Amino acid sequence: MKKQYPEGRSRGTENRFYFTADLFSVLRALPPGFCLLSVVFCFLVFSDVAYGIDTSVHGFLQGNYSMDTAARNPDGGNFKWAEERFQLKLDASKDPFHLMVKTDAFYKHNDEKGDVELREGYIDYTAGKWDARVGRQIITWGLGDLLFINDVFPKDYEAFFSGRPLEYLKKGIDAVKVGLYPEFASFELIVAPFFEPNRFPDPKRFRLFDPMPGVTDREKAKPATSLENTEAAVRAYRDVAGFDASVYFYRGFWRQPSMLPDNLLAPSRIALFYPELNVYGASLQGRALDGVISLEGGYYDSRQDRKGTDSLIPNSQTRFLAGYQRQLWEDFTAGLQYYGEYMHDYGAYKKNLPAGFPQEKKLHQLTTIRLTQFLINQTLKLSLFTFYSPSDRDYMLNPEMKYNFTDHIWAALGGNIFGGGKPWTQFGQLDKDDNVYLQTRYEF
Amino acid sequence: MVPDGKNKKACISLVIMVVFLLMSGVFEARAITPNEVMKKSQGAFLYQGKDFKARVMMKLISKGGQERVRELTMLRKNSGEVGGNQKYFIYFYQPADVKDMTFMVYKYQGKDADRWLYVPAINMVRRIAARDKYSSFVGSDFTYEDVSGRNLEDDTHALVKEEKVGGKDCYVVKSTPKVQDVDYSYKLSWIDKTNFLPLKEEYYDRRGELYKLFSADEVKEVKSIPTVTKRTMKNLQSGHRTEVSYSKVDYNIGIEDSLFSERYLKQPPKRWIK
Repeated sequence: MKKQYPEGRSRGTENRFYFTADLFSVLRALPPGFCLLSVVFCFLVFSDVAYGIDTSVHGFLQGNYSMDTAARNPDGGNFKWAEERFQLKLDASKDPFHLMVKTDAFYKHNDEKGDVELREGYIDYTAGKWDARVGRQIITWGLGDLLFINDVFPKDYEAFFSGRPLEYLKKGIDAVKVGLYPEFASFELIVAPFFEPNRFPDPKRFRLFDPMPGVTDREKAKPATSLENTEAAVRAYRDVAGFDASVYFYRGFWRQPSMLPDNLLAPSRIALFYPELNVYGASLQGRALDGVISLEGGYYDSRQDRKGTDSLIPNSQTRFLAGYQRQLWEDFTAGLQYYGEYMHDYGAYKKNLPAGFPQEKKLHQLTTIRLTQFLINQTLKLSLFTFYSPSDRDYMLNPEMKYNFTDHIWAALGGNIFGGGKPWTQFGQLDKDDNVYLQTRYEF
Repeated sequence: MVPDGKNKKACISLVIMVVFLLMSGVFEARAITPNEVMKKSQGAFLYQGKDFKARVMMKLISKGGQERVRELTMLRKNSGEVGGNQKYFIYFYQPADVKDMTFMVYKYQGKDADRWLYVPAINMVRRIAARDKYSSFVGSDFTYEDVSGRNLEDDTHALVKEEKVGGKDCYVVKSTPKVQDVDYSYKLSWIDKTNFLPLKEEYYDRRGELYKLFSADEVKEVKSIPTVTKRTMKNLQSGHRTEVSYSKVDYNIGIEDSLFSERYLKQPPKRWIK
């Protein structure tokens, strides 16, 4: 994770269903999604009977609210997040095919908007020594616990900082993934023609450091969909002496935009773009010292700024992490991580950094602690996750209590507390954005 | 009287007979040791067949009667003899919040197991650090060791008596951990003399009080292999109990080694988990 700069003020013009109204608008937001899903559902039931296709329908109803505790939002609101959400997950399979569609319909009180979102939707084909997945899918690589080196796939940091369930930190990508399984190793090959950036917290709700706050004319441009811009990623993995070993390669773009002002001294307009990036990495995980040890590293080759002289594009980096987790007593597990981000060509970066821009450290460090205790036959979970940066001296704390009332109903109460560092450091900038959140879910 | 030749022969015959009888008596008493009983029991309970499959329904019932359900398919494959390495593959059907999760264990003789968990919501396979000896299996009254077995060398075993359970003749074996690495100070097992399945187990805490009770409630033959198809573990101190029933039990179905891999954790083959 890196510093978050605000994204452009311009909104996408996707063809979506927007509704503005009262509490019950969520019900009105449902019909378009419902119609589609009902058709799919009927089709599935029919195919089940007619063609012997295995189908299943699951999902949940969820309420998710996150309240400010340190200060109001920049736009005056009190909630970082407040929404009701309904998810429907359809599975259908008949060898060698499998179809999965996961769709969310939600009403968000912050924006007084309802919407429908396709979280995942893909078809699998499985053969003996290979398989393929085509469509919107979530891909998770690497070993870090909330620290990402070789997981180069899109994230939603707004979801993470707003106290949404952890699965919403990951965003799906529209891609083709092929798995190859020869005897000597396994391979995943991914081709993604449509670039999907990370989502960063909305400046209406979070205080994000902005080096050019006066310039409001901003235009954000995703890499155009073309053969040359198509992202490609490869992972090869196998067992090496009882350890899970992986090597990774990615060719694509930084998922955090860089700013390109029309004039550095007197900017009036900023173009936001996603610089080109390659990542080469490796990881190793296995049992050691009565626990599990994880090691991961990656070289970030910033293709548009290989000399490090362009201050607006991130320099190349080497990222690395070491993690250790261990069960200490019944239903209690502790995990520790150390993460470093080393900037190459630091001299060139420093020399070319424009006035008014905060200077990043040559080695950005992060440590994390995760403590988890289950109680009452694992129906109550108490957890604490902390980030602390020894280089920036800022932190984030996330205590949480989750209880499963029944097999179908659970609720989680937690908090996100930020502080320390400087107004431009990763967590320091969010100092006034502390929040307490509630997640409740009925699952079926 | 000096024995003549005939008498001498008769004496020798007598001595040989007596020695033979004595020795056979000794052999009779040495027919089975407590360690052998436990080893045979482990083989009958946890190592039957080259591989094994069952749909497992667990009911976790609180003192007040509140019921929670864990439904899963368990696949096991042995490599080698009783007490040797095993691989487990578990797919969860219920409850809803763990549906489609899979869990894999490589169990080794004499060292900690390797475990992997697949979390479908974020499409992630992770190793997990968990220790057999004091980890509840999915919140039930069974520990991992109860599910996949405890290393017999970790305990000293003594045959304390013989007794009937439900009309079946049983050996009663007392197993005491050599190192106090578990919740109980000792365990009594009632092992069926004919098929060596444990029909009852009593766990005593460090004050010597009975606190956990296992019972095999139904035994069925599957492919001529006696199998415990219903069992209960009750915690007498908390009043919580777990009732487990197996259905769709099968042995020697030809599970390939390749099933126990990241590939199939992420996409469990329907034909194995159904």
